[in-house]
Amino acid sequence: MSVPESPSVHRQSTSQPVVRARGLVKCFGKLRAVDAVDFDIPAGRCFGFLGPNGAGKTTTLKMLMGLADFDAGELSVLGHQLPAEARAIRGRVGLVPQGDNLDPDFTVRENLFMYARFFGLSRSQVADRVDALLEFANLTHKADARVDQLSGGMQRRLTIARALVNDPEVVILDEPTSGLDPQVRHVIWGRLAELRARGVTLVLTTHYMEEAERLCDELVVMDHGRILDQGTPGELIRRHVEPDVIELRGTVSDGVFATLTSMALRVERHGTAVYVYTSAPAPILDFLGQPDGLTVIHRRAGLEDVFLHLTGRELRE
Amino acid sequence: MKRSIWQIPRARLAAFSVFARNFLVWRKLLGPAIVLNFGEPVIYLLGLGIGLGALVGDIGGLPYLVFLASGIVASSAMISVSFEGMYSVYTRMVPQKTFDAIMATPLDIDDIILGETIWAAFKGLLSAVAILIVATLLGAVPGGWMALWALPVVFLLGLAFAGPAIIMTAIADNYDFFNYYFVLVVTPMFMLSGVFFPIETLPEWMQTAVLVLPLTHAIEVIRPLIVGEPVEHLLAHLAVLAGFAVAAYYLAVALVRRRLWA
Repeated sequence: MSVPESPSVHRQSTSQPVVRARGLVKCFGKLRAVDAVDFDIPAGRCFGFLGPNGAGKTTTLKMLMGLADFDAGELSVLGHQLPAEARAIRGRVGLVPQGDNLDPDFTVRENLFMYARFFGLSRSQVADRVDALLEFANLTHKADARVDQLSGGMQRRLTIARALVNDPEVVILDEPTSGLDPQVRHVIWGRLAELRARGVTLVLTTHYMEEAERLCDELVVMDHGRILDQGTPGELIRRHVEPDVIELRGTVSDGVFATLTSMALRVERHGTAVYVYTSAPAPILDFLGQPDGLTVIHRRAGLEDVFLHLTGRELRE
Repeated sequence: MKRSIWQIPRARLAAFSVFARNFLVWRKLLGPAIVLNFGEPVIYLLGLGIGLGALVGDIGGLPYLVFLASGIVASSAMISVSFEGMYSVYTRMVPQKTFDAIMATPLDIDDIILGETIWAAFKGLLSAVAILIVATLLGAVPGGWMALWALPVVFLLGLAFAGPAIIMTAIADNYDFFNYYFVLVVTPMFMLSGVFFPIETLPEWMQTAVLVLPLTHAIEVIRPLIVGEPVEHLLAHLAVLAGFAVAAYYLAVALVRRRLWA
């Protein structure tokens, strides 16, 4: 099942970026929540903002919608300048906010019809589209249920369907699968991949590395309001971490730690785990053998390693 | 790049989609709404109008029931609008985040607050209509059809009271905050603006003081229309109400922007 495409919307990818930010700054008092960032979001791709809490991701998304002011810089979306043309932008963009804000007094279907009306779309104009969106969100059987009778996963799917009611060219998703169980998360990933395949540009924030690796064609890693690096998941992994990671859980003696340090490219101790980064894992695994009281996990390096390498491992509280 | 919260609101017809949203929700909860709209005035009019009226006799040449009914048409619209502009708007703005959802569409705060203002005034109109019907059945509307002219004035009164209520909502941290407004603003107007007794019975300095209250001006127009007498100083009274409506809408928009703009 697919969402009907309106013929009026052109979906071909062009060389023109969908979002263009230059020197973007946003302050809250003395805090520079977004600190002179530049990025281009290409059309028809899935673009992710990755970063710890308070990195400035949500603020950046709000600026894209014209929902937050900025203190300096330039920002344009779909060729419209912000903040002057925010209205025009919001008409062509869909937003999936971090927390669901569905209308509890309406049924599932009524939520979609009402939201369409805010875009100036009448019931008859969107009737077919609403049916298709209900199916897209696997909510056809719940169409006449009240929102408070839905599970968290259903509410999330409805929020995503609602963001598509105006047939947007860009969909902005702020932590689309936070707090959902793995089944729901996989369904949502599938739906987002479907949207991207149809040429809709997706812009999302996440702190799930798996989500970022699966969905995003391109990522920026943000922290303290700055962009630390930008690229495809593969590029970021190659650039920042060694290809193999051996993770040791349990007590690692100082002697073993010293030997590992001499054999590997990088060894870090965090809490009760030791991380060994290397491009030649075999000799290290041979050396470790099958030690007592120690769990040895050998895996390929992933975005999580990049993320922790770039943003550090201290708690953000 | 910074928007000023004081920029002049530029609301559009899109505001009516906010009105439509509230209307559709209201229609779902029609039963309790009608009990409130009809039940309360019946109790007031029977209890005070007939019970107390028997003791009071005539006031200003009017049977007390007639005097009271024309006052309550206005005061109940005020109370209804104030509830809507505070408790209901706060619910949509804060816990329910309905405003956040709407702000992600082409609508601006200007449109949302205009839609909410018109909606609140409409709720006031509904309660006034209910009272007029009850009062007519009790024979307390000597003005006959002319009393219908009171309804546009009630609507204007509603616009004048919606803004101040939404201003309170924009600065409220919780529902309890609204107690201040009810005790310090709504109740004094309810008591002093000529609902229960003519303002001429107040001490002279208070008669002057109550002229700053919008409800006083609304009653000065609504009562003669319901009773069937000529209205004095019509334009001046309407101008005061319109002035309140415009100024309060502007301030409400500015303060909601301050709260919701990041």
